[in-house]
Amino acid sequence: MIAATHRRRASPLHAARAGVAGAWCLTLGLVALSFEHPLLLAAVLGVAVAAAAGARVGRAVGRALAWSLPLAVVIAVVNALVDRNGVTVVFRGATVPGLGRLDVTAEALAYGGILGVRAVAIIACAALLAAAVDPDELLRAVRRRSLRAGVTAALATHLVGVLARDGRRLAEAQRSLTGGPPRAAARLGVVRAVAAGALDRATDVAATLEVRGFGSAGRLQRAPRPVSRHDLAFGASALGLAALGIASGVGGWEGFEAYPRVVVPLEPRQVVLAVAVAACALLPFADRRGIA
Amino acid sequence: MSALALDGVTYAYPDADGAALRDVTLAVEPGEFVVLAGGSGSGKSTLLRAAAGLVPHFHGGTFAGRLVCGGLDTREHGPAELAAVAGTLFQDPETQVVMATVRSELAFPLENRGWSPAAVARGVEEAALALGIASLLDRSTRELSGGELQRVALGAALAGRPELLLLDEPTSQLDPVAGDELLAVLRRVNEEWGTAVLVAEHRLERCLPAADRVVALENGAVAFDGDPSAFAAWAPPELQPPVTRLCALAGIPARPATVKAARQALANLKGGLSLPTSSGTNGGLSLPTSRGTNGGLSLPTSRGTKGGLSLPTSGGTKGGLSLPMAIALRGAWFEVKDGPAILKGVDVAIGAGEAVALMGRNGAGKSTLLRLLAGLIEPTRGKAMRAGRVALLLQNPGDYFLHDRVGDDVPGAGALADRHPRDVSGGERQRLALELVLTTGAAPVAVLLDEPTRGMDRGHGARLAARLQQLAAGGTAVLVATHDAEFAAAWATRTILLGDGRPVADAPTAEVLGGGWYFATQTARVLGGGALTPEDGAARLRQQPVEAAP
Repeated sequence: MIAATHRRRASPLHAARAGVAGAWCLTLGLVALSFEHPLLLAAVLGVAVAAAAGARVGRAVGRALAWSLPLAVVIAVVNALVDRNGVTVVFRGATVPGLGRLDVTAEALAYGGILGVRAVAIIACAALLAAAVDPDELLRAVRRRSLRAGVTAALATHLVGVLARDGRRLAEAQRSLTGGPPRAAARLGVVRAVAAGALDRATDVAATLEVRGFGSAGRLQRAPRPVSRHDLAFGASALGLAALGIASGVGGWEGFEAYPRVVVPLEPRQVVLAVAVAACALLPFADRRGIA
Repeated sequence: MSALALDGVTYAYPDADGAALRDVTLAVEPGEFVVLAGGSGSGKSTLLRAAAGLVPHFHGGTFAGRLVCGGLDTREHGPAELAAVAGTLFQDPETQVVMATVRSELAFPLENRGWSPAAVARGVEEAALALGIASLLDRSTRELSGGELQRVALGAALAGRPELLLLDEPTSQLDPVAGDELLAVLRRVNEEWGTAVLVAEHRLERCLPAADRVVALENGAVAFDGDPSAFAAWAPPELQPPVTRLCALAGIPARPATVKAARQALANLKGGLSLPTSSGTNGGLSLPTSRGTNGGLSLPTSRGTKGGLSLPTSGGTKGGLSLPMAIALRGAWFEVKDGPAILKGVDVAIGAGEAVALMGRNGAGKSTLLRLLAGLIEPTRGKAMRAGRVALLLQNPGDYFLHDRVGDDVPGAGALADRHPRDVSGGERQRLALELVLTTGAAPVAVLLDEPTRGMDRGHGARLAARLQQLAAGGTAVLVATHDAEFAAAWATRTILLGDGRPVADAPTAEVLGGGWYFATQTARVLGGGALTPEDGAARLRQQPVEAAP
């Protein structure tokens, strides 16, 4: 995914070094993972979308969001079916041997929705990372730590794009044969053929890595790079986000409870926390000096 | 010390029936430009992979003999170490670019050698400037065209200035312009830096002018090793450059390897055969009636004109009679959302039984035009019309095989039915895929092929040309997008040249390829137009009372 969507753009997030920008995206994702309050999750999701717009990768993140919505629905439905907590039964299901009665509660449905929104927010953060953080720089960082991990990462990041192109070509060949969209069997055949060809493609890419000297004894040297204003801003922002997430968790600021009844307090502290998260995350985007 | 030395190298791939290389002994000296010739499966790619150390370190198998590359014995040094002395470029640009940006791609091999960041930065700048890709440095590698990708891959192979460059059909994916540019870069690298070059190519006519030596392989063994003119004299018909074949067919004793040598050979003929020096003139010689004619009947040179462009207004014509239209575009545009207009108001019609070549540089819109005609995509403005089913064979014939057994995809594959599609030669795969698209569904009114001769040797190309002529004779409209002027000249009666999303020429093939600069056959370049193929050229020369100079 990283190799597939990254675009170089004039934005503060792109101007920060990959390690810092990547850490900022990861921290935002972790904050989303730590929150359960709908207002706070909405704030993180809003931050991710606003950050995507600020980094001029809104289209790529928007595509990821569109793909993630069905996943969110599935999560909500599955949670409602399997979670036995909650006291407000909205649907009395059949009795399944071994599982008991499949009742659906309003609380399980609501919490499923929360989990779905959280998944969407995390996917938005991952999509932002993929679109705005230079994968080559990340790869260099990985290679400095471990050559084997570097080989795996290089193969994986490049192979994703190659296989995606293979899949598109195979599907187009099937369409040219049938004159219409491929049937389910043909689609399955395409997936199978791409999977079967993955080893060959991996071999091709690995051969290229070899002849470019990837396995040689030379140790990758770190290029000295002055710390930019954007490195500092996003670094501070990531620390701030982490602090807010930790403080909220430790201090119990959210006050959200899903079971036995849904409790969604909307007090000043939740509003302040949401505003603080948004401000802390988005402030670095205000400084647009030296981003080209 | 030789840049590359093979001594009795014999190699067999794992589980292979026979050896891919047999007792190969040869040396490439520093600064030499050596062309590897041979048909498909002759062992060219294997030899290059052995020189890069991939054979046997990467592929496994059984290796005998000794191979020393840049002073490193491949029995002791793997491909990663050999990368410091030999840069390698394979055929498929897609799998050769491993980083996200051009700058990172060029830096990658230098970083792997442990160069300091300052040295890497300098190496990247120099490689980019030498190859004329400095403007691409900050571009994403996913946004590049095939030609640009290939140059970037060459830049990565050259960065760090290796002693030896190993190239496996580097121009097979490129249009004539991009291919010539790449070869010009190779010549410059060879002449100015003294880098030895070992390049495998099917289109020998492209490389021979730059070559110091030609090594021909046959069944994995060296069948010839000598200079280009000696190679031209030795070469069997399927390996002969078109100009060599022209002289052979015309009964001229000389066997020139290049257009320049062929011109010289003809100028030396006693009898003062007068040859034109510029294209588009006939020099007072009577022209043969083969290309641009069909069964001896003249084809019209235009189908209505508009703004200087030949625009067909109906199906093609044969012998002055209008042919029923098989496929057509009327004012067709194809504009990419948030992107460029790839086709700009194209009017074109192909009649039943017409054999048409579609030419143009990479990115001119050829593949898009074929997709519109086949109904794979719809024009954003204008109309695409089809009189029936249109069969389309896309660029990679392997994409039509979804199963592990050829027979499961192509009924009637005969002896090849039980083979895995990967184990079938490129030419055979192309033939099978063509039969598949022809036989799936109703009989097609038109068959469209996209770059069918990429990586194909001349023998398979000739068989494909014959099949296309057979289809056209049976009343099927044939339209083939190709960069290969020699291939187009062999079968097409009409050629459309696309430039910047619209036809810039639409006329009989003899007119387009006879008067072209880049899009011209070798025979046309020697004879100044009028004859495109060696056979036509020889017929034309035989009409003159020529006698070889003593």
